[in-house]
Amino acid sequence: MAQVKQDAARNRGILLRDSGPAQAAAGASDRAAGTRARRRRGREGGGFWWIVPTLYIVFLMLPIYWLINMSFKTTNEILGGFSLWPQNFTIESYVEIFTNPVWYNGYVSSITYVLINTVISVTVALPAAYAFSRYRFLGDKHLFFWLLTNRMAPPAIFALPFYQLYSAIGLFDTPWAVALAHCLFNIPLAVWILEGFMSGVPKEIDETAYIDGYSWPRFFVKIFMPLIASGIGVTAFFCFMFSWVELLLAKTLTAVDAKPIAAVMTRTASTSGYELGLLAAAGVLTIVPGAVVIWFVRNYIAKGFALGRV
Amino acid sequence: MTKTWNNKAWFMVLPVLLLVAFNAVIPLMTVVNYSVQETFGNNLFFFEGVRWYEEVLASSRFHAALGRQFLFTFIILAIEIPLGVAVALAMPRSGPWVSVCLVFMALPLLVPWNVVGAMWNIFALPDIGLLGRSINALGIDYNFTQQPLSAWFTVVLMDVWHWTSLVVLLAYAGLRSIPDAYYQAAKIDGASRLAVFRYIQLPKMSRVLTIAVLLRFIDSFMIYTEPFVLTGGGPGNATTFLSIDLVKAALGEFNLGIAAAMSIIYFLMTLLVCWVFYTAMTNYYDGER
Amino acid sequence: MARIKLKDIRHAYTANPASDADYALKRVDHVFEDGGAYALLGPSGCGKTTLLNIISGLLRPSEGAILFDSQDVTDLATEERNIAQVFQFPVVYDTMTVYDNLAFPLRNRGVPEDEVARRVREVIAMLGLEGQARRRARGLTSDEKQKISLGRGLVRADVNAILFDEPLTVIDPHLKWQLRTQLKELHHRFGHTMVYVTHDQTEALTFADTVVVMYEGEVVQFGTPEELFERPSHTFVGYFIGSPGMNLLPARVEGRTAHLGSQTIELPGAPGALGAKRLELGIRPEFVRLGREGMPVSIRKVEDIGRKKIVHVELEGENIAAVIDEDLEVPAEPRVSFDPAHLSLYADSWRVEMEARP
Repeated sequence: MAQVKQDAARNRGILLRDSGPAQAAAGASDRAAGTRARRRRGREGGGFWWIVPTLYIVFLMLPIYWLINMSFKTTNEILGGFSLWPQNFTIESYVEIFTNPVWYNGYVSSITYVLINTVISVTVALPAAYAFSRYRFLGDKHLFFWLLTNRMAPPAIFALPFYQLYSAIGLFDTPWAVALAHCLFNIPLAVWILEGFMSGVPKEIDETAYIDGYSWPRFFVKIFMPLIASGIGVTAFFCFMFSWVELLLAKTLTAVDAKPIAAVMTRTASTSGYELGLLAAAGVLTIVPGAVVIWFVRNYIAKGFALGRV
Repeated sequence: MTKTWNNKAWFMVLPVLLLVAFNAVIPLMTVVNYSVQETFGNNLFFFEGVRWYEEVLASSRFHAALGRQFLFTFIILAIEIPLGVAVALAMPRSGPWVSVCLVFMALPLLVPWNVVGAMWNIFALPDIGLLGRSINALGIDYNFTQQPLSAWFTVVLMDVWHWTSLVVLLAYAGLRSIPDAYYQAAKIDGASRLAVFRYIQLPKMSRVLTIAVLLRFIDSFMIYTEPFVLTGGGPGNATTFLSIDLVKAALGEFNLGIAAAMSIIYFLMTLLVCWVFYTAMTNYYDGER
Repeated sequence: MARIKLKDIRHAYTANPASDADYALKRVDHVFEDGGAYALLGPSGCGKTTLLNIISGLLRPSEGAILFDSQDVTDLATEERNIAQVFQFPVVYDTMTVYDNLAFPLRNRGVPEDEVARRVREVIAMLGLEGQARRRARGLTSDEKQKISLGRGLVRADVNAILFDEPLTVIDPHLKWQLRTQLKELHHRFGHTMVYVTHDQTEALTFADTVVVMYEGEVVQFGTPEELFERPSHTFVGYFIGSPGMNLLPARVEGRTAHLGSQTIELPGAPGALGAKRLELGIRPEFVRLGREGMPVSIRKVEDIGRKKIVHVELEGENIAAVIDEDLEVPAEPRVSFDPAHLSLYADSWRVEMEARP
């Protein structure tokens, strides 16, 4: 907020004297130059600062590499000995996964409930986050805290009540059950992140729009949402992420038709003996969608958390 | 930002409220219900009052699981927070490498939790896993399915692998929000690198770090899937954390009452800790405005 | 305290500047005398902050050298140059008290604690922060915070120079005036070399002994406030300094006579060879006489600004502003004449000296 005020003050200051387009352009180029200077100065003195993140990333990649390594080995080779890379390179495990409908149905249902959940969470969180960022109302602080507490409920023990609840309303074993259940922790998160982004938008924008005769829904969709587009993207990413990685509830609320890929994986691993190669290949495939999503939102990840409020 | 008082804002919050309440209140009530009753199957329930609570609070098994839980949470916080901050500090402030770093670092966060367990299982197996094999090659006797210490080491390392990146992302976001002028002023004031960290970076990161501690505290307190897949709570009960214990009680022994009472107790504990955090933080930042 | 010499400084933010346009700073070659109060004045993007950061060492110039007295400091880091700088937005160390904030630059340099206490108390008294000395800096208002930033610059007795980068932007107008007066006093008392960057002409003219006007990466004039007003050396200075700015009229010149459309004006002297340059005649609104003599004009608009009036008139299709006393009547058939002593001639925007003939 203070930043906005300062910017306003600076702009007013600038308007005092230079108003021609030439000067405006000069100002813009100065700012661009400033950014460049910052980039150049980024880390002065060189040194070995890069070793820390590099080692850390190597540490992160080792188990993943091992998984990939395993996925290209035959089960016999895995159990037969230790080697740093596949001696008898095979894509047998992947072929098995892509030809067996149990496997790819698992994929489809996982993606279905994750997408449904992301859409629901973001849609209902938008107006709520707006309310928290713009208004004070009876019990607002308690409500906000209560929302956050739902991240604290141990899902392990909620599994059984969830099972009963969704069986009772006839949604058991559908993607909807999982999508709705994941709202428990994703909606609070979405409200929290969005509220942070919305608080960064000056209130004057709302007021100007009302003066211009916009109704609230029209203002919200036409003006406000484009302003926080990156915030919505970040929020969707986090909803996707938490829904994708959660498995306890997803497993509890599905049996056959809507079974998520990761659950298919554990089940197959246990029923078909110790098929490590297959297990590893399935594991690798569950990481792929996450990696794709990260690539798309890489520039927003760090921002998303910074603007959130507690 | 000054906010206007408007009780109609409740209507905007209503959909969220209904959806979350549907998922939170009904199951919670069910759990509370279990926690005060005894069942012998066939949907026969008998009111038991606070007996399960008394039993849980007195049981050495619960104390042991709680102790393990606190020890685990303490250890991973003590490793992940400083490590995450260190990595964030060492990351480039801008340039093409930032995206590369972020993409790689965020990867563990998007691995389904049981895959994390399975991956580490394969990775740490003493005969065919890279980690297990390497440690044994160093002459250290390591087998996480047999030795409690190895099991703990593996579970902690797995959690560090899985979640430190979250701390890195938060800390990095906090660092990036510091205007250049602060670093320039520090240079002009002749501040050492340590002073820059102590008086500029740490205070500016304090807010995101509190969020990081809070999230890591909550999530590590509920940890279930990863250690369950990795060690199954063993060897013995060495890595049986609260959630694993709960599920053992509820499904393994079908003692719903005990499990429900345990979960209520530990939900309340988490709630208490978070409330203290939340209040302290809200007051702190309101004071600043 | 030092005399700062900028030797042929050029700076480009790009790695391999090809043309002049790539330079944020095009050749600056000036000397800031020891103990002087200087203002760098210009619109945003004119390169004044770049120049300041080059002096303080936050930026290394692409070309040229900086000398403090006779020592070349071009390659010295900021902390080795022993300068103080105050930024546009307050920089305070949130977790420290006001006292510790002010003591910070001294403690970092290993000044003994009793000396620190003496200096800090003095600065606290100067800035009127006695009541807040033991408070955390976090809760202060932005002008109190900016006072602390100023204080951290002033607390070191031995600095070579104190640099200010638009330090009063966030300060309330009435406090601005007060702080500026304080700065001026401090300058008189301690005699530090001070360089003050601003885009506000009032700030620059009231603070500095010498004003450096910058425009598009160039220093267009280096002079006292009077010189800037009386003899702007570039049309930009004429336009930028003064309110309203200087009137500029396209003209043809023959000998001592300037032709303005169908009108002719006698110049105070004859300019040298002008070649095919674009010529403009400059006259400040304060020196335009409105009356019954001179060239006929038509009135466009009259603005009352208190004790003066600004009259906008049209002369030969060009707009001119004239500042006249409030009680002066505007005649029915107005005419204007220009005070020849304050008439300037500009060729391609640069002032041309006119030598009076014997």
